[in-house]
Amino acid sequence: MLGRLSWAAIPFDQPLPLYAMGLVGIVILVVLGIITKKGWWPYLWREWLTSVDHKRIGVMYVALALIMLVRGYVDAIMMRSQQAIAIGDAQGYLPPDHYDQIFSSHGTIMIFFVAMPFVIGLMNFVVPLQLGVRDVAFPVLNNVSFWLTASGALLINVSLVIGSFARTGWMGYPPLSEFAFSPDEGVDYYLWLLQISGVGTLLTGVNFVTTILKLRGPGMIYFRMPVFCWTALAANLLIVAAFPILTATFVMLLLDRYLGMHFFTNDAGGNQMMYVNLFWAWGHPEVYILILPAFGVFSEVVATFSGKGLFSYRSMVLATLGICILSFTVWLHHFFTMGAGADVNSFFGIMSAIIAVPTGVKIFNWLFTMFRGRIVFTTPMLFAVGFMVTFVIGGMTGVLLAVPPVDFVLHNSVFLVAHFHNVIIGGVLFGALAGYNYWFPKAFGFTLDEWWGKASFWCWLVGFYVAFMPLYVLGLMGMTRRLQHIPDPSWRPLLLVAEAGAIVVFLAILCMAAQLYVSIRTREQRRDLTGDAWKNGRTLEWSTSSPPPAYNYAVLPRVETIDAFWEMKRRGLTAGLTPGEPAYQTIEMPRNSPIGFVIAFFAVIAGFSAIWYISWLAILGLLAILVAVLVFGWSENREREIPANEIARMERARLGLGRPA
Amino acid sequence: MTVATIDAVHTQVPRGRGGGGPAPTRIVVAYGFWIFILSDFVMFSGLFAVHAVLSGNTAGGPTGPELFNLRNVFIETMCLLFSSYTCGLGALSAERRQPERFLVFAAFTFVLGAAFLFIEIREFAGMVAQGAGPSRSAFLSAFFTLVGTHGAHVTGGLIWLAYMVAQVAVKGLRPHVLRRLLCWSLFWHALDIVWVGVFTLVYLMADFQ
Amino acid sequence: MMNGHERVFEDRTPGVEEYEPTASVLSYTAGLGLAILATIASFIVSQTNLLWPPGIPVGLVVLAFAQIGVHLVFFLHLGSGSDNTNNILALAFGVLIVFLVIAGSIWIIANLHDNMMP
Repeated sequence: MLGRLSWAAIPFDQPLPLYAMGLVGIVILVVLGIITKKGWWPYLWREWLTSVDHKRIGVMYVALALIMLVRGYVDAIMMRSQQAIAIGDAQGYLPPDHYDQIFSSHGTIMIFFVAMPFVIGLMNFVVPLQLGVRDVAFPVLNNVSFWLTASGALLINVSLVIGSFARTGWMGYPPLSEFAFSPDEGVDYYLWLLQISGVGTLLTGVNFVTTILKLRGPGMIYFRMPVFCWTALAANLLIVAAFPILTATFVMLLLDRYLGMHFFTNDAGGNQMMYVNLFWAWGHPEVYILILPAFGVFSEVVATFSGKGLFSYRSMVLATLGICILSFTVWLHHFFTMGAGADVNSFFGIMSAIIAVPTGVKIFNWLFTMFRGRIVFTTPMLFAVGFMVTFVIGGMTGVLLAVPPVDFVLHNSVFLVAHFHNVIIGGVLFGALAGYNYWFPKAFGFTLDEWWGKASFWCWLVGFYVAFMPLYVLGLMGMTRRLQHIPDPSWRPLLLVAEAGAIVVFLAILCMAAQLYVSIRTREQRRDLTGDAWKNGRTLEWSTSSPPPAYNYAVLPRVETIDAFWEMKRRGLTAGLTPGEPAYQTIEMPRNSPIGFVIAFFAVIAGFSAIWYISWLAILGLLAILVAVLVFGWSENREREIPANEIARMERARLGLGRPA
Repeated sequence: MTVATIDAVHTQVPRGRGGGGPAPTRIVVAYGFWIFILSDFVMFSGLFAVHAVLSGNTAGGPTGPELFNLRNVFIETMCLLFSSYTCGLGALSAERRQPERFLVFAAFTFVLGAAFLFIEIREFAGMVAQGAGPSRSAFLSAFFTLVGTHGAHVTGGLIWLAYMVAQVAVKGLRPHVLRRLLCWSLFWHALDIVWVGVFTLVYLMADFQ
Repeated sequence: MMNGHERVFEDRTPGVEEYEPTASVLSYTAGLGLAILATIASFIVSQTNLLWPPGIPVGLVVLAFAQIGVHLVFFLHLGSGSDNTNNILALAFGVLIVFLVIAGSIWIIANLHDNMMP
């Protein structure tokens, strides 16, 4: 009846996950209790959970990312601590079985449920506003995408409590991930939850490519788009091009595990190297999906806080598109040591070196933007400067690793671990946090506390360097990755330094929490009344109020230059390029819809059932999704109208205008 | 499903470089679906790549030429090709607001698509009965998955077609129904494009591994 | 639904029908005819010695591309006009990725295979 699910799946005999589950469970119950007691459910359901507004969906994505950052960090500090303790004769506190699950879930969570939702959330919030339009191309699909991503996050947390997670690392290589060697539910959790959230991500890609190419405001030709929109376009093109490869690869591994096929098995002709090949054909574009939006954030932040337009817009755009195409020609550098010949290895090594060039162009453009600018060191600008130093170091170690003979020494050592954390933390995370600080006032109508923001920046910067620079040295000394026990006591000092760094990162997270708490408590003193929260906004989103009305723009602004809002300010206008009050018209906006939540609900049921071999429930779940889609497809009345006089009233109130004479 | 686009401002904007403001809903929907189709092509390319790599790994079991019946493959191909033709004629009828003619062509398309599926399922069942099922060897895993995924898409397409027929019959050829028909025919033609790849690389190329 | 007003310049997407009825039926029928020819040619090429045997795989691939082209042009009305640029660019991007995945995988795995022990 319940497949292979039984009471044995709950870790009653393992104190760590049991207490963790207990603690998280209590927190969740308390939060739900508060919401219920205060009667917030109708509001939450109406205004957030069923919202198809890109601004709300963007906020929910970022909230998901920040919550999962905490979970991913807990995995990290557990690993660091184990490695700091279990040296020589000491065995540490984490048995290998747990340690393996922790490094697997750490990677999976950080990539798929922190970094991806963070950049997707920022793109969601900002892109339609910067394009001067009212929403993305497919708002309901946007809601579906969010809930499918959240479903994946839910399932990976459920795996802590019911059963176990994969022990294969976040990449899930066969033959270890095949049924013969990992028969339990761990790898199945990994595969199903990533398939579910992968559908959401692919739909986001389709949504944003269409929005950016077909749904820009009047006058916004391609070369007047903000650079953030260009990087969003490139990242979403990569999503559309790369995620289907991951889908196909995971389908094949699932078929091996469930139906006894032989794609990647040891016997009957399976080829494990094909899995590695296809995984990284997705995996390399994936890291560019993460970093390109971060580059876009920095382009916006550096220009705004230097008081200058971005240096060489065209070369920035060309560099972005160059990175987009080149990211599909380097993937073998993730498996140089797998036995390809010199010709194949050197081709991919050379391409990996080449892809550093457009990134270098970007760095120089940002530096030249700052040159002779009037620089204001706000929190976002600090993250930008910190990024430039940190990411360049990480990029250089990457180019080092791109040389196949060097990689033969350093592959799968902690040098590699230091490299990718260098670029992901220094690049993606710093970009995400810069964007979070930069656009928070636009989203919520009040600024974040600068003191706590700067404190969090310094803690992130110091914490990152102290935690990961020792790993470069340890890698060169021969330490491999994913060690549950440290065989060589001479590595102890550096491992202790790394542990200290991890604790400083904890302080950074605490500073972020303090920043949020303090900002909310003092929000009335830090209200953004004009919409131009940083006082030198250049792009269209700063021309709206903070937060913008649901329809973003009462009249779609006509654009004649790059940095359209800067141009508007230069001409002394507040909204749009034509002076005087515009002729308001009725606006149609899409209605909210529960379809995303419903589909995700049944997807979780279907996924959980598939993992635990509860076939009848899995099939029912899938059928329920089909029925929900068919019912939704039959519905009418998906738009609501906001009449022109209502628009006029809201606009006049927003702009502080009286009734016209 | 999309946001209404308001051209509130008549502008002297550069044409042809995308400066005309948001595109009409029909274009937005069709382009979005085209992008989705391209992503589906990429997914199939993963399956094609695996097939190319594993097609020689027969693990001592049956090979492609031993199993394939090219006469059936030809008939399947013609069925799917003609169903693309009737799909196109149906799309024209829908565009000219002729629901009855559309329904006739939709019926032909459905029958031809179902015929394709019937032949394919029969082929699969025959192979399984001979002990040449997908778990016999890596080659057969790759074959069944690639061809079977295409067949699953065809099945999904037929379910969708039945649903669209119901919508046309009940709601008529209204703008949102027409947009979905546009998406459906894009999907159906794309499946025929993938099949060209399948019958060439999987069936006809099998003798030349 | 409120749409943008009719513009002289309008984008096209694949599959959107033209407004000339006879031209379109002709388009579909011509496409069908060409596709049938290409299919028959493929079967003949693969089953006989019409083509020099080592060249048969190349011939099959060429015929497949030709037939896919027929589908794109005659059934999906993909054209070369400036209103079709987005569609062509998207298709080109997709074709590039498909090529890289398939050709790249074959090259890499063949290379790995060559380096395996006998």
